[in-house]
This record gives sequence, structure tokens and C-alpha cells, in this order.
Amino acid sequence: MLLIPCPNCGPRDETEFHYGGQAHVPYPENPNELSDTEWSRYLFYRENPKGIFAERWVHSTGCRQWFNMLRDTVSYDIKAIYPMGAKRPDRSPDGAPETGTASTGPDSTTTGSAGPSTSTTSTLSTTAPEGATK
Amino acid sequence: MAETAASPTSAKTNAEKNLAARVSPARQLADEFAAGSLAGTVEISEVPFLTMVGLRALTGSAAAERLAGVIGGLPAGSGAVAANGDVSVLWLGPAEFLVVAPTEAHESLGGDLIPALREALGSDAGQVVDLSANRTTFELTGPRARAVLEKGCSLDLHPRVFKAGTAFSTEIANIPAILWKAGDESFRIFPRASFAEFLGRWLLDAMREYASPEVP
Repeated sequence: MLLIPCPNCGPRDETEFHYGGQAHVPYPENPNELSDTEWSRYLFYRENPKGIFAERWVHSTGCRQWFNMLRDTVSYDIKAIYPMGAKRPDRSPDGAPETGTASTGPDSTTTGSAGPSTSTTSTLSTTAPEGATK
Repeated sequence: MAETAASPTSAKTNAEKNLAARVSPARQLADEFAAGSLAGTVEISEVPFLTMVGLRALTGSAAAERLAGVIGGLPAGSGAVAANGDVSVLWLGPAEFLVVAPTEAHESLGGDLIPALREALGSDAGQVVDLSANRTTFELTGPRARAVLEKGCSLDLHPRVFKAGTAFSTEIANIPAILWKAGDESFRIFPRASFAEFLGRWLLDAMREYASPEVP
């Protein structure tokens, strides 16, 4: 079982959380203009990386808040926790130890040394309001 | 169930009849709770019909300030409980709180807590919702209460971490519940009404071993 450091509540069992799929999937700006192929790509196509993956989680049995997580899909190491709407932090190459060190402050952005990066090459929209991509 | 509506007499008002007819979610376990409680070791009872109010207001907003004025403050963060007399406010989320007050505070019994909160919120963004029927309250007390809970709750319940006067929304026996440590050896558990019988029986089962003498 994963021990997930909720940014509000601290480390809790995985069973208290629900998974929200891949993070940073922006809602299309003009859905009516999309072809069926593009629409299906938005709806159904998700990355399936071997390694670090940005995903959404909600602490449904606790504070009921969504947050983003960088998780290594091979080792299940939790690399970073950051708020909805924030940019994906740079992956920390050696993975500083993060699990169980979550700040209890509501504004905690990450538990690792890697803060939200401004130099990320991701072109995905991060301007959506909190929770809008759910 | 065991309680039935009082026979309608002209002397009784409608409200009194309604109150006599209501049945708490774990009423059917009352006898078993009494039989399963071990005086001086671990005891369980249901505290029925506490007044509970769900609050939602953005921390720091004017509405939150006004609500805090009515109940004497909102808790600051995870685990915090703001107590003001016999009214307590539990932190459930960054903008979500649960007010727990005695039965008499309910509107139907002439209490003015909920109308006052509703008035304090006004037309601002937020919620004041009467949740009194949403959950029931179990009181688990005694030196073995922590050991009983530890069988089904993965929080660190050691007194060095889990201090009296804190409350967490978590899982107990794989069901969601709010766990409030009211005193050093006294826990209040708020399961949803539909989970009350399950959790009551689960706790009784977890308490059973302490009826026997400890095997060295």
C-alpha cells in the first residue's frame, strides 16, 4: 500500500485516496471544432510511461481536496506533490526522499527539493482553474 | 424498533410527538453496547442526536470571519478543533468545517445556533447545512480504547502524536469516519448513519478480547 503525503493532512493510507488519472490534460479550447479523432484523443488517449508520471489524486476520505503527484510507475516512489493548476515540477533525477515528509501547510507545493519549474518544456495548459480538468 | 411513537394525546404538541418517535441510528445496539462494555477497561455508548452543522466558507473571507464570530473561532488546520463552551468546530478541509453541539442546540428544540450561522453567512458564497441526521456519535472510553481503535485505524494513535482535542477524518474498519480524541482516554467517533450498525458491531467485536484476563 502506498503511503501518500496529502498536502493538507500529511501521510495517509492509499485507501483514503482516489485516483484521477493523468494530470495536465487541458480541456480543448473549442471542443466543437475538433474532429472525432481529436476528440477521442482528448477523451481516451493517455500516456503510459515507464518512469515518472504526473497524475491527479483526491483525498476523498480526508480533506476532499485534489492535488497532483509525480510518481515513478516502476518503483512507486512519490517524487513530488504539488497543487492543482501548478506546473509540473522538474523531475528530480535521483529522487530526494519525499514520502512521509509532507508539510501540513495548505499551500505546500512540493515535498521535494524540486520546486515548480518555470523552465519546463511542457506545452500543456496550466491556466485552467483548480479542478477544471476533472 | 424498540421505541414507538407516543400515543397521540391532545396534550402533546406535534414537535413532542416527532421527538418521541425518532430513533437513533444505533438504537438497536444499545443493549449490546451495555453488555459489551467493560467497566474500567473499555466502554462504548451511543450519544444520539447531537446537533451537527456543516460549514463551508473560504478561510479568511468576510463570511468565515462572521461565522467564526458566532461559534467562537474556526480551526486552523488538519486535526484542529476549536472548542467554545459545549460547541466544537472540527476541521474537515481547508474550507470545510463540522460544528458539533448538544442536542438542545437544534432548531427543533428551540436552539438558535443554526439560524445564527445562517444569518452570519448571509448571501455570501458558502454553506450552512444542518447535518444532525447525517452521522451518529459513538463514545469509546477507557484505557483500552486506543488498542481497540488501532485494530482498524492506520493513523498513529499514540498519545505523543494524537493529542486530546484533535480530530481527523479518516478510515476506521475500512469505512470513512471522523475520529475525535475528546480526552486522554476518550474518543468520539462519527460514522455516517448507514454505517452505524456495522461500526458498532465491529467495535464490539474488537472490544471482546479485553473481557478475558490477559494472557502473559
